[in-house]
Amino acid sequence: MTWTNPLTLLRHGWTRHWNPDRPVRTVVSNLPFEDLKKREQPNRRYEDNAIKTNKYRLWSFIPMNLFEQFHRMANIYFVGLAILNFVPVVNAFQPEVALIPICVILALTAVKDGWEDFRRYQTDQQLNNTPCFIFSRKQMCFMERRWKDVRVGDFVRVLSNEIIPADILLLHTSDPDGVCHMETANLDGETSLKQRKVVPGFSGEPLQPQTFDSSVVCENPNNNLNLFKGYVERPDKRRTGFGIDSLLLRGCTVRNTDDAAGIVVYAGHETKSMLNNSGPRYKRSKIERKMNTDVLFCVVLLFFMCLIGALGHAIWLETFTSKPSYIVPESNGNYTPSVLAGFYMFFTMIILLQVMIPVSLYVSIELVKMWQIFFITQDVELYDEELDSRVQCRALNITEDLGQIQYVFSDKTGTLTENKMVFRRCSIIGTEYCHEENGVVGEFVSPYFLKQETVVVPDRKLMLEVDRQMASIQTGPYLDFFLALAICNTVLVSSVTAQRQRVRANADLRGGETLADPFSTDENESDGFHSSDVSDATGQKGISSERKVKSSPSGSEEVCYEAHSPDEAALIHAAKAYGFSMVERTPHYVTVKLPNEALLKFEVLDILTFDSTRRRMSIIVRHPHTKEITMYTKGADSAVMERLGNVFSDMTQVDSEEKQIAVKTQKDLDMYARNGLRTLCFAKKVDVLEQEFRAWSAVRQEALSAMDEKEERLMETANFIESNFTLLGATGIEDRLQESVPETIQALRRAGMQIWVLTGDKPETAINIAYSCKLLEHEDLVFTFSTNRKVLQSRQQLIFIATETDHQFRGYNSAFTGPLMEPSIGLVIDGLTLSMAMSDELVEQFVELCKHCRAVLCCRVTPLQKSAVVKLIQQKLRVMTLAVGDGANDVNMIQAADVGIGVSGQEGMQAVMASDFAITRFKHLQRLLLVHGHWCYSRLANMVIYFFYKNVAYVNLLFWYQFFCGFSATAMIDYWLMIFFNLFFTSAPPIMFGIMDKEVSDSTLLSLPELYKRGQHSEGYRRSTFWIAILDAFYQSLVCFFIPYWTYNGSDIGIFAFGTPMNTVSLLKRLLSKTLTILPVLVYFIMTLAYSAICISCNPPSDPYWIMHKQMADPMFYLVCILTTVVALLPRIVLCCLELMHEQNLMKHLFVARIPSDNHRASEKPFSDSTVSYKNNILLSICTILHIHCIFT
Amino acid sequence: MKNEGEAAKRPDNTAFTQQRLPAWQPILSAGIVIPSFLLIGLAFIGIGIGLFLTSQTIQVWEMDYTGFEKDSPCFRCTILSNQNCTCEVTFSLSTLFSVKSSYFPSDCSPYAYDSEKNPIVPCGAIANSIFNDTFELYQIINGTKKQVPLDGKGISWWTDYNIKYRNPSSVNSSFAKSFDGTVKPINWPKPAYELDLTDPNNNGFLNQDFLVWMRRAALPQFRKLYRRITDGDYAAGLPAGNYSLKVHYNYPVLSFDGRKKVVFSNVSWMGGKNDFLGIAYLVVGSLCVVMSVVMLVVYAKFKFSDDDDDA
Repeated sequence: MTWTNPLTLLRHGWTRHWNPDRPVRTVVSNLPFEDLKKREQPNRRYEDNAIKTNKYRLWSFIPMNLFEQFHRMANIYFVGLAILNFVPVVNAFQPEVALIPICVILALTAVKDGWEDFRRYQTDQQLNNTPCFIFSRKQMCFMERRWKDVRVGDFVRVLSNEIIPADILLLHTSDPDGVCHMETANLDGETSLKQRKVVPGFSGEPLQPQTFDSSVVCENPNNNLNLFKGYVERPDKRRTGFGIDSLLLRGCTVRNTDDAAGIVVYAGHETKSMLNNSGPRYKRSKIERKMNTDVLFCVVLLFFMCLIGALGHAIWLETFTSKPSYIVPESNGNYTPSVLAGFYMFFTMIILLQVMIPVSLYVSIELVKMWQIFFITQDVELYDEELDSRVQCRALNITEDLGQIQYVFSDKTGTLTENKMVFRRCSIIGTEYCHEENGVVGEFVSPYFLKQETVVVPDRKLMLEVDRQMASIQTGPYLDFFLALAICNTVLVSSVTAQRQRVRANADLRGGETLADPFSTDENESDGFHSSDVSDATGQKGISSERKVKSSPSGSEEVCYEAHSPDEAALIHAAKAYGFSMVERTPHYVTVKLPNEALLKFEVLDILTFDSTRRRMSIIVRHPHTKEITMYTKGADSAVMERLGNVFSDMTQVDSEEKQIAVKTQKDLDMYARNGLRTLCFAKKVDVLEQEFRAWSAVRQEALSAMDEKEERLMETANFIESNFTLLGATGIEDRLQESVPETIQALRRAGMQIWVLTGDKPETAINIAYSCKLLEHEDLVFTFSTNRKVLQSRQQLIFIATETDHQFRGYNSAFTGPLMEPSIGLVIDGLTLSMAMSDELVEQFVELCKHCRAVLCCRVTPLQKSAVVKLIQQKLRVMTLAVGDGANDVNMIQAADVGIGVSGQEGMQAVMASDFAITRFKHLQRLLLVHGHWCYSRLANMVIYFFYKNVAYVNLLFWYQFFCGFSATAMIDYWLMIFFNLFFTSAPPIMFGIMDKEVSDSTLLSLPELYKRGQHSEGYRRSTFWIAILDAFYQSLVCFFIPYWTYNGSDIGIFAFGTPMNTVSLLKRLLSKTLTILPVLVYFIMTLAYSAICISCNPPSDPYWIMHKQMADPMFYLVCILTTVVALLPRIVLCCLELMHEQNLMKHLFVARIPSDNHRASEKPFSDSTVSYKNNILLSICTILHIHCIFT
Repeated sequence: MKNEGEAAKRPDNTAFTQQRLPAWQPILSAGIVIPSFLLIGLAFIGIGIGLFLTSQTIQVWEMDYTGFEKDSPCFRCTILSNQNCTCEVTFSLSTLFSVKSSYFPSDCSPYAYDSEKNPIVPCGAIANSIFNDTFELYQIINGTKKQVPLDGKGISWWTDYNIKYRNPSSVNSSFAKSFDGTVKPINWPKPAYELDLTDPNNNGFLNQDFLVWMRRAALPQFRKLYRRITDGDYAAGLPAGNYSLKVHYNYPVLSFDGRKKVVFSNVSWMGGKNDFLGIAYLVVGSLCVVMSVVMLVVYAKFKFSDDDDDA
């Protein structure tokens, strides 16, 4: 692990600090100490199972939240201003009023934060209060308790389909072999079942928690999901070791095992799954970060303006030899010294010009984002009818980041694919049968209903063939093929009731418990009975009664297959479709029902399980009738093909036929692989002689029990017998891609996004999928990095390879830098290699290499690696990242990325819970990013810029006036009017734009993903845009001030009458330049008229009373307003028009080359109406986009 | 398969929620921009000419009398034309009265109470600093002075006179009594109830000069209306001739470099004489026309090159 959660490190440090001499934890049973006080408990130092992920507590909410909020510079500023208002020398106007904005801002944010935290608290509570069974010494049985009651050292029992509450050392299962199956989908996303074994020495004997006197010694909590070791020490110092295969992990689900019990070793935050969960982090959007620096610029600007004011005032005061009557002395008759007056003036100026820092900006942004989220969730195109769910926006403050994504990290299974394996094609002894009907994408069904999903429509031709063989000879390659399909696997058969439905399981439990109670009291004294058996039996009862209820509607002989992998499930369902259904599997027998309803009960002699070196699995069975020993094998094509007997040795007739079959099959296999199917070869070996097998079996047993070099010897034996195969055929299974995945990926690519796929799956599958979803093209140059465990050596090699590749690539790149020969390089890397590549000495090269790759595929990566990759790219390349995934194994990645997207509906809700946005299908990403992301980004960017612009423009009006009033911080606009104006007339319109504005229509955005690049390069809001806006604001404020000034200078204009046209112009020019909106103008006039009619003496001594009326009766007012507006907007409009023409010209050329193909050819006229309008539309939108800074106000 | 509950979460397909509300954006295409620039330019030139001509008809005669000795004899003036016009006499001050409200705070301090804690009426610095020069205008006809009646009625805002300001009601039918217990502002020579003893409607807080003064000027260079010439023989305007202006010089400005002017001017619909606006309109209008031509050229150039490419 190259990356560890700092929290974990901290915790580790803490524990180490605690038990300096104990690197391990010792757990003993809690039962003997059950009644003791907490401090006498032996396991008291270990965390309990209650989890808490919320940040605040009720009592500490306000101080903590305030503390957090004051991390925002702006908030500190506002508070400082508010305090300043109360300083008497500053002479503020109504200091109480100044408190309102900051209070509103803080309150709004606090409510939002509180709500989010409360939701986290609720989910925690829900988890903490999930029921589970803990052994109680008083009752002498497992009692129903809550998850939060579980402590280290408790004995906990988990029933089938229940979620495991803590990390439990397995001591007992209902399975006679001491095996328990567990689904780890919640942890690593793998849907296959994992086998867990009872700690050696405990299997077989019934669990008696009350007599458990051993102590468990194991390592301290860590986040490695695949490593765990320790031993059980009996009172007589006898030690039994155990490993990860005896640990039930929190968050996983028990499958296929009626019940399992054990002692809790890690609980709560110390469990492996929780340690793997790097906690939530506050995501701050990119715009917001940038905005903060711009706010700082504004502060600097403000500082200088205030400084000028202060200096000006001091100098102005100095010019007087004797004070004029309007300079008011202090109450004692003395005048404040000029310098001091100037100093005071500095602060007064801050208050006067405070609007410079956009007070309402933060609130407005929150508001706009809320609306944006509303619109995103309301989008009917992102609604999934099958699941009846909309897109969910869980993070409220990063909508615009959707428009700036540069790197997309995607999970594979369940995100790109449906996570449903579909049997697509098979080739039997050289004949290819394409099951076309299966290729048709059926209606979407939840993966939990395995039956429906795996229905295979038999190929008619093949069906006939099978029937013919069944009727005639009872044996034949076809039958063998399907028998191999049916039995050569590790699929378990279970009843319908064992469906993965928790609700029903709970119902069973309750029944079981009530029955168990009387039992246990009865037998309590008699002997050392253990209750698990009893409730086991009653549990069975519950299940059987349940079965009756359930089976009545759904038919009786429904069987359910629990496959380790979806591939196996697909195969066995395919066999079933042709009538070969496995009906039972025990460790020693497999029963298969043939199409003619006959049952064949094979004796299983041995199973050679799958491993990644041999890449095949075999089953050796004895045929019930002929007593022949037959071996069926399936495996990767190369692994089987190379072991075909006779094909390349002899040269008889038969051989050549077999050879032909092999060649044909190979051809089919190649074709399957090209189509992105997962291929498997099937073969059998018939002529295994009894004695031969016996001999081999003996060797095999020996190897099994060997202590050293066990692996090698097992491999050897397997290789020995797996030879001389007869090829039966091959299958092609499709992990069906979700609809429109290739299109989506193409679109995202065109939009300039780099796409990485991170999967826990094996490289072969991942590559197949990558090809079929067009992530990799067949003409791409694909590098595959993989390594085996010899770490040191491989690391050297990798360094070499990486540098080599880099060089090579550079060469390649320089050779083909032309636009036509864009090198497209794919990189496939596996988890082990990845962790090496991410080590310090290689990471730079690795990142450099990745930058050149069109697609990167990381296989066999752990959840933490996923997040580490995301973080690496984020940090090294400073890009915006998006992670999309559906399983709990993607949670870390989702949280690490700037934007985390959860795909819901496939594998539980963990990914969704951790995500910022939750969608139902991968294709929704296209619309979410290209349309909503773009909109949100441009809207917000425009709004932010606008805010700065409007504030600077407005504040500068006041500032220019200072030159004509002795820098005395007089405002020529009534204070209340100023507040209103800022609030309603200049904040509301940009908010409206921020919500509703639509520069480019969604259809254009979707058809031209390139438009997205504007957001990626932050073109909407960058430093230059900011400064252009500020400069323009300066210019406009100059115009707005000096045209009225020259007009009215020397006239009898009153102070507020002078401010009125400026105010009006400020409004007019803003509204005019964006959209001709009459409404705000009307409202403004009405409100100002009303205000100046009411306000007889609200701002004495020079009230704004009747000023607006007077002004509006004066034609000069209108003349001034019109002239000022036009002059203020003139440069902006002129520049914009010129640029627009220029761009139109450029774009025309661009688009003549790009778009026309459809429209032009359809209607031979080169510029049919539709084309023209379409083109204009796009031209316009592009120009708007490129030159938004012209038109944005 | 589907029941009603299943599509419960389907978003409403309305124009609002789907963001399909009709919107109109200003389309800046050459076909619109160039003519509108031209039109605006022409309109502005028209307005500019109108304003300029109007401004030219306004006659202004002004005189800086800062520093003239008190009651010094005035001067000869021969500038007024024969036009019939209502002339206004205004005084003009070049000094700052627009300083920060803190100098004129709403609680009038420090001009709210005198040293004996008696309330000052009217309070505040603005009232305290009221302009108190007075002017008398005489026409010199054959060596004799004939006083020109100056009309001080209605020079303040109607709303100020009728709504905003109120006099206290008389106590014992004596207006002065209602001011008992108060003192006059420090700089005032006489209390508020003696501002105009001849006309009770022009006395106290309703004194027209006081009301005019209380409207704070916005800019350092400002004018305030003093009197109109509407009465008697001069109702039709001041005829050409020699006049004498008698100034009662009370108001000190020299100490802070202020200037005082008296201005005789006739008024039009655009107020006093102001050439700036007319010229500005003319300039901007011409600029717009020029811009439209420039844009036309640019547009033509692009268009031309485009045609070249298309061909």
